[in-house]
Amino acid sequence: MPRVNPIDTEYFKDERRTGDFTVIGKTVQRSDALGHVTGRTEFFEDRTFPDLAHVKIHRSAHHHARIDDVDVSEALRVPGVLRVITHRDVPSNWYVVLRLIGIEPNDEPVLAEDRVLYKGEPIVAVVADSEAAATEGAARVRVSYTELPAVLDVEEALAPDAPIIKQAGTNYFVYEGHHCRRLRFGDVERGFAEADHIFEWRYSSAPIEHAPTETTGCVVVPQSSGRLLIHSNTQAAFFTLDNTALILERPFSDLQVKGGTVGGGFGGKVDVMVEPLACIAATLTNRPVKFVYSREEEMQVSSPRAAERIYIKDGVMDDGRIVARKVMLYVDAGAYSRHSPYGTTKACAHLPGPYTIPNVYADCHCVYTNRTPSSAMRGFGVTIADFALESQMDRVARAIGMDPLQFRLRNAYRDGDMKAHRKIAEGTALIEVIQRAAALVGHELPEEYRALTSSTPRGDQP
Amino acid sequence: MTLLRGRGYASVNYPTGMNLGGDPSQALIHATTMGAFVISLSSVDLGQGLKTVVAQCAAETLGMPMENVIVDTADTDTGPHCMGTFASRGTHRVGNAVIMAAREARDVMLAVAADELEVDAGDLETDGTGFVRLKGSPETKIHIADITLAAHFKQGRTISGRGIFLKERNYPVPETGEMDPDSCQAHACTVAEVEVDDETGVVTVLSLHNAYEIGRALNPAMAAQQVEGGGWMGVSHAVFESTEPYYPASRDHGPVDFCEYLMPGPAEIPVQSSVILERPASNGPFGAKGIGEMTANAPIPAIANAIFDACGVRLTTMPFTPESVLRGLDALRA
Repeated sequence: MPRVNPIDTEYFKDERRTGDFTVIGKTVQRSDALGHVTGRTEFFEDRTFPDLAHVKIHRSAHHHARIDDVDVSEALRVPGVLRVITHRDVPSNWYVVLRLIGIEPNDEPVLAEDRVLYKGEPIVAVVADSEAAATEGAARVRVSYTELPAVLDVEEALAPDAPIIKQAGTNYFVYEGHHCRRLRFGDVERGFAEADHIFEWRYSSAPIEHAPTETTGCVVVPQSSGRLLIHSNTQAAFFTLDNTALILERPFSDLQVKGGTVGGGFGGKVDVMVEPLACIAATLTNRPVKFVYSREEEMQVSSPRAAERIYIKDGVMDDGRIVARKVMLYVDAGAYSRHSPYGTTKACAHLPGPYTIPNVYADCHCVYTNRTPSSAMRGFGVTIADFALESQMDRVARAIGMDPLQFRLRNAYRDGDMKAHRKIAEGTALIEVIQRAAALVGHELPEEYRALTSSTPRGDQP
Repeated sequence: MTLLRGRGYASVNYPTGMNLGGDPSQALIHATTMGAFVISLSSVDLGQGLKTVVAQCAAETLGMPMENVIVDTADTDTGPHCMGTFASRGTHRVGNAVIMAAREARDVMLAVAADELEVDAGDLETDGTGFVRLKGSPETKIHIADITLAAHFKQGRTISGRGIFLKERNYPVPETGEMDPDSCQAHACTVAEVEVDDETGVVTVLSLHNAYEIGRALNPAMAAQQVEGGGWMGVSHAVFESTEPYYPASRDHGPVDFCEYLMPGPAEIPVQSSVILERPASNGPFGAKGIGEMTANAPIPAIANAIFDACGVRLTTMPFTPESVLRGLDALRA
């Protein structure tokens, strides 16, 4: 029997309308379950192709450096090596995956040109008959560098005297003329002035790996029609196709992406890291080409969850109402944008958490440093913010001597409340999940807190 | 050595989808000669169960058994456009697109059946077992295989449908951050119970108790799988994981394999108990909201708060390593 959590039908009874569903709300076995447990699921790497060639990458040895010279002659002498690929072989070398939705500028090269901005940045791709030959070839590429000062801390990157590491001229993503994504609601300084208590604390996190069972990869197969068939474990087939076509400067109709079986994604397979180079290698050699990350590449070179640093300042009344919240949030994007400008906006939209606070001010910075570029990961912009926000809620509750759940219930957003990003809240249920979780663990709540509901306007309740 | 126990709380919400670049997904559906319905998508099932849940949406809308629904995904030649699987959008966007496509196909299916039965299509209903029948007169019925055969070889009609869900792009106001970034919000409250070893600094997460409000649990076992799997990831983020253990001071010592990059094994998995609440979203497929990403979120601060409750150490940097716990205990004793 599958594990199923009970549904408490006493909540939102009038809105649930159970209806007379036949299969909705029923436990149906996952369609891929039997294939996974019997080992019959076919992943992209399970396909075999005659004459399959392999791609491996020579990567930057420095956090930040000028490239003085690249010597591939020794790599080409390795038996089995078919080609080396440098930035000159990439038709449109500079890109940002979010250009599909109009984000600018193209800030990342597929292969480095005259500079590297992080340790592990790809410089040369080697195509060979075997994985071993490709690895050996990549190891024999010789790159001469002049090291440059590296910036490895988000706040140091924003300091006036920090070396500028980005071509665009700022160590931060520019949001329509602003150095951060801004949130302005009410008058936060007046809120602090009126508050009985002020609390200000700092929170931070380190980068986290998606840790999929199956590393990022693809096999590209040239077709007799001249098209390229891309077998990929991407999380987004058309997103990969469109970005790859732009880098290749080929018609979108030249490419076909086939996928749909992914050994763990968690946001780690939306960066379009392997398909463009595999397509170039397949075109140059006219052979099927596989490019798959090693576990080391997956952990140290592929985008992690961004490290964040978050300062929260709260103005709180004696009765537990939060009347002002100011947040300074820094996302460590690493060396390139990837999805981080979007994730930082998502963080901004999430503030100040699921609470109704009349005065809110936030600056959310997407900061570039000489680190592995971070990108999408499950809940990006929100996961680390929730760690900070909910740690803050616990600390404030303790500081003013209030029960932590009552403190949350007092400030919980409800239907009809105006959120800080000026969207009217609807379909809210924070109050009810808190009440139900309290019941789950026997945490007693006074009657007035048990009687609260999300659908009753704030004015009618304590 | 003392094992100190504590309890911590966290309550969160989470947006379904994010439409700051426009957020569409499409679905096509067609019937085969013998009464199967093929759903064509370019969407990707990451293992969370997208294929299963959209098959449920199609079966429910068509009024046909699950066995009659075939889902074909992730081919850009055969499947219409989908933005991709991220932002807790799959069930919501693709589910809505599939429902729209299935409604169109259902209308044709009923029209074909009406011609075969010589009745009005408006008087027909499905019974969920594969028959279309006359309301109030269940003996007057026709099986889906006979309907699709008639459509193909007798009436010359395609039983098919097109669906799209689009939440149009919204542009944040640069000065104020005013925006409409999502479709709805799911909710959760997690209670974590931990044990802190004051000699080694090791934090053991004993249990997670969760209440989740997710609009509609379209498939309760898969909702449970999300809650428990995400809970595991939350524990892992909280007390185990980082690719840069000495961030930001040093970039060194980055783990390169699962011997160095630690995650919870069987011995470190907490007991979980959870309850689901349903407040259907007006724009969700059968009211469903996205639950995919949020399940890792609440456990992390709940664990941080439980550690404080257990031993008085307030940890403000993730992950909560034994070293940070011991340094915190030392500071308290100083």
